[in-house]
Amino acid sequence: MATVRIPPVLRPKTGGQPEVEASGGNVGEVLRSLTGEFPDTEAQLFGEGGELNRYVNVYLNDEDVRVLDGLDTAVKDGDTVVILPAMAGGAA
Amino acid sequence: MALYFLKLKLIRFQGIYFKMAIDTERVQTIEEIEPFEAAEEINGGNVVLIDTREPHEYQEAHLENGKLVPPGLIADEIAEAAPDKSARTILYCRSGNRSAIAAAQLQQLGYENVASMSGGIVQWQEQGLPVVSPSGMTAEQRERYSRHTLLPEVGVDGQLKLLNAKVLLLGAGGLGAPTALYLAAAGVGTIGLVDDDVVDASNLQRQVIHNTERIGMPKTASARIFIEGLNPDVNVVEHNGRLDSSNILDVIKNYDIVVDGADNFPTRYLLNDASVRLRKPVVSASILGFDGQISTFVPYEGPCYRCLYPTPPPAELAPSCSANGVLGVMAGTMGTLQANEVIKLVLGKGEPLVGRLLLYEALGTRFTELKVRRDPDCPICGENAEEIPESEMGKFPDYDAFCAGAGGDR
Repeated sequence: MATVRIPPVLRPKTGGQPEVEASGGNVGEVLRSLTGEFPDTEAQLFGEGGELNRYVNVYLNDEDVRVLDGLDTAVKDGDTVVILPAMAGGAA
Repeated sequence: MALYFLKLKLIRFQGIYFKMAIDTERVQTIEEIEPFEAAEEINGGNVVLIDTREPHEYQEAHLENGKLVPPGLIADEIAEAAPDKSARTILYCRSGNRSAIAAAQLQQLGYENVASMSGGIVQWQEQGLPVVSPSGMTAEQRERYSRHTLLPEVGVDGQLKLLNAKVLLLGAGGLGAPTALYLAAAGVGTIGLVDDDVVDASNLQRQVIHNTERIGMPKTASARIFIEGLNPDVNVVEHNGRLDSSNILDVIKNYDIVVDGADNFPTRYLLNDASVRLRKPVVSASILGFDGQISTFVPYEGPCYRCLYPTPPPAELAPSCSANGVLGVMAGTMGTLQANEVIKLVLGKGEPLVGRLLLYEALGTRFTELKVRRDPDCPICGENAEEIPESEMGKFPDYDAFCAGAGGDR
């Protein structure tokens, strides 16, 4: 099992949970396991063709999966998958 | 100049101490030279130059290569400052009195070729001769920044860098307020503020540089009042408006570092593209709810904002603080982390968050650090990004269209 960190904007779709346990042998499977449990997260993570949306960054532990093997990056027990969309809050 | 010395000795008699003169009318002659004569000798070389004043006077200004030996410490420290008793040794003080006495003392200690500069450093400066001002700071500044200058990582040199630094804050709100507060306290010499908003009651839960009395006032003006009240050393520059592609290069070109606390994606992408072009470091943070992110983008040394976020998110994934809420303290935490990054960049010390994104989640009090890589395909700073021709300088894509629907909240 891996731990998935849920960003604030997605927490309404995970019942408010900031972290969710999910299984899978690679990053894609872990995220699919997440969207299986919380279907409302699907449209925000994946495009129509099943690819990860470009505006969503996904990290395995501290490394961007884009510089690893993308969704095929292998996940071990105890790894953390971080979902990170850009935030712009600041001044107003 | 002839000096009359009375050597005094303490004598104990029936439990009472008396001062007794033991050498009477001992006459000693010392050589005195004018500042211009001293300057000639100093320029000729082979002169040991001794400053016989107190350390605080020395800090303000001294002669180049002048070694400080305070009057009370001559017996203890002169051997180290002037090991060769046969060398030409010139002493000076503020006006020539302390150095004359010290010259006599040196002669008694066996120094053979001693002179005192008459008129001291005051007359030296009156004659237009150069001095070194190691602090470059006034007495008030030395007091104000003493807890900084005590730190080896800052010191007088570092404080001078801060006093000469020009930092632009994009936003004088949630993030900009604590950043401005600490940068002003730290003595950052020029603080520019970009904001087109006015102070609102709903700001005051986190925007600590504004106050109840100033509700309705432009934020840049309110910030100026706060900053000038905290530290008169800071020159505040108000940019009461919004940055757009027509003015951003002109605004940021005058600053060393830009602090991004903008509340919308078009401004963040615009700032990124302009700052990469002008090679200005950007300390970027954002906050929402109990979550914050911060990173430092130094063009071509590390990734830029577009390497991290190539595309803005759609509106439903980019809520604003006004729609979503934000813990007031979060602004303080992330804003002071931004101030910390700025100070490290100015000092050239420590490890700024270049290539690192720091996430802070306040409910769990959890910090997470992620690696951010330069994207070789980045259209702005990537290896294949084309040099922007002169004719295109200042022209930017339509950010509002690029970020259509993406957190364009005010």
